[in-house]
Amino acid sequence: MVRERIIRYLLLLVAFSALGSLVLITLFIFKEGLPLIVKVGLWRFIFGSDWSPSRGSFGILSMIIGSLWVTAGALILGVPLGVAVAIFTAEFAPPALTAAVRPLIQLLAGIPSVIYGFVGLTVLIPRIERYLGGPGPSALAGAMVLAIMILPTIVSISEDSIRAVPREYRDGALALGATQWQTIWRVILPAARSGIMTSVILGMGRAIGETMAVIMVVGNALALPFSPLQSVTTLTSNIGLEMAYATGDHRRALFAIGVVLFVIIMALSISANLVGRRPARR
Amino acid sequence: MALAIRILLLLLFLVGCGGGREGRGITLAGSTSVEPFAGLLAERYMAEHPASAPINVQGGGSSAGIQAAQSGSAEIGMSSRWLKEGERALETILIARDAIAIIVHPSNLLSDLTLNQVREIFAGRIENWSSLGGSDQPITVVTREEGSGTRGAFEELIMEGERITLAALRQDSNGAVRVIVAGDPGAIGYMSLGIVDERVKPLGIEGVFPSQETVSSEAYGLVRPFLFLVRGEPQGLAKEFIDYVLSPSGQEILEEEGLVRVK
Repeated sequence: MVRERIIRYLLLLVAFSALGSLVLITLFIFKEGLPLIVKVGLWRFIFGSDWSPSRGSFGILSMIIGSLWVTAGALILGVPLGVAVAIFTAEFAPPALTAAVRPLIQLLAGIPSVIYGFVGLTVLIPRIERYLGGPGPSALAGAMVLAIMILPTIVSISEDSIRAVPREYRDGALALGATQWQTIWRVILPAARSGIMTSVILGMGRAIGETMAVIMVVGNALALPFSPLQSVTTLTSNIGLEMAYATGDHRRALFAIGVVLFVIIMALSISANLVGRRPARR
Repeated sequence: MALAIRILLLLLFLVGCGGGREGRGITLAGSTSVEPFAGLLAERYMAEHPASAPINVQGGGSSAGIQAAQSGSAEIGMSSRWLKEGERALETILIARDAIAIIVHPSNLLSDLTLNQVREIFAGRIENWSSLGGSDQPITVVTREEGSGTRGAFEELIMEGERITLAALRQDSNGAVRVIVAGDPGAIGYMSLGIVDERVKPLGIEGVFPSQETVSSEAYGLVRPFLFLVRGEPQGLAKEFIDYVLSPSGQEILEEEGLVRVK
């Protein structure tokens, strides 16, 4: 009895320590970053296009746009692929094949991001340079690497939500004479919509937050990008790149970028919760 | 419980066995450009003097190294630039010279640029190799991240207060710069001469090709000092280590690693 209670309090303590570290990290990032945002001015920090810490300019617009390009590209490439895999494993594949494909996709999540970056650097970049032009390291390279990295998230959550569509929907559609594809496209996907949206938002969060693989393949140029073949810097890659030597205002500015990232990620996970909770229409 | 005590005793025993070195060690801190060389020297020194106290080598950057030497938190500071006004009051010891090489893809037709041309390229005003007499190929400028000692040296030696173009690719290590330049026929970058290898091609500057000889004679323009900094006269292990670094065998090691000896 006493033992039960001790274990219960221990578990409670552990649960709170996780929450506590989240609170501490949040406080720390804001404490380090906010003073600089106030000093520079929020508008000039977010919409300034010149980042040159040694000269006192701290504008992160090109990084925000870089993050947007890379993330949007990763979703454009990764979402159709991931949802297609989910449809295949949930609806078409014989059980034996599903049992083989699923763990393989999940294995992708276990590969360290530096390996993705290295493969991107040595395999992808020279080919982009040779066949598509540009310098090689580019927003496109980042998007392609991230598209593969977000696959496990998209596939597993989409597949679960497709499997969760009640059997009656399927039977009803087929009984009305719909083909299997019509059933999937017109009935099952709309019914699984909120789960698929959640998977997309979580994938987006992963893509925005990824650092190591991105640093290695995007080239980290600070000019505003006008083509996917141009090099970009993302919010995370800039922090990772400059962290080692940054001091004073430069260091605070990197934390301020962390504040911006924090706000974006929070907004994403709140919207993922809202979307996930909303019942499917029809 | 008894097992735990036994393991603890075993650990204590093992820790005790490791302690062949006596006395207080010294710390070197500062320039990340000097750090790997100092680390290697410390390793060799300790191998030759097994009884000596430990020599710890840390990074942090030249400015941090100067501060550490001034405050005494490190016995020896390391810097890859000469001290600025107001940073005096430290004994500076030149241990070697490092040259910065401007590197391009091996297929590049050019073999020589002027300082002015390098500056124009890195400022983003010359954008195609054809305007320098090379093949018709857009130039990809590759630079190091802000704060890096090599970038600091490059800006000081070449840029004359101008800024490196925002379109330049930024990489956070010499290795990464080399990978990008080796993989892009239009690329240009810079790194320490000591770590240039056959995957990239170093260019001559103002008609002088970088080599041990042209750096020693200072005929090659892009050279920076590697300094040890001490407060007052070095003593004890610090003095012995500095003497070792300046000795023929210490200088030999630095030369083998691609630096240019000063003794």
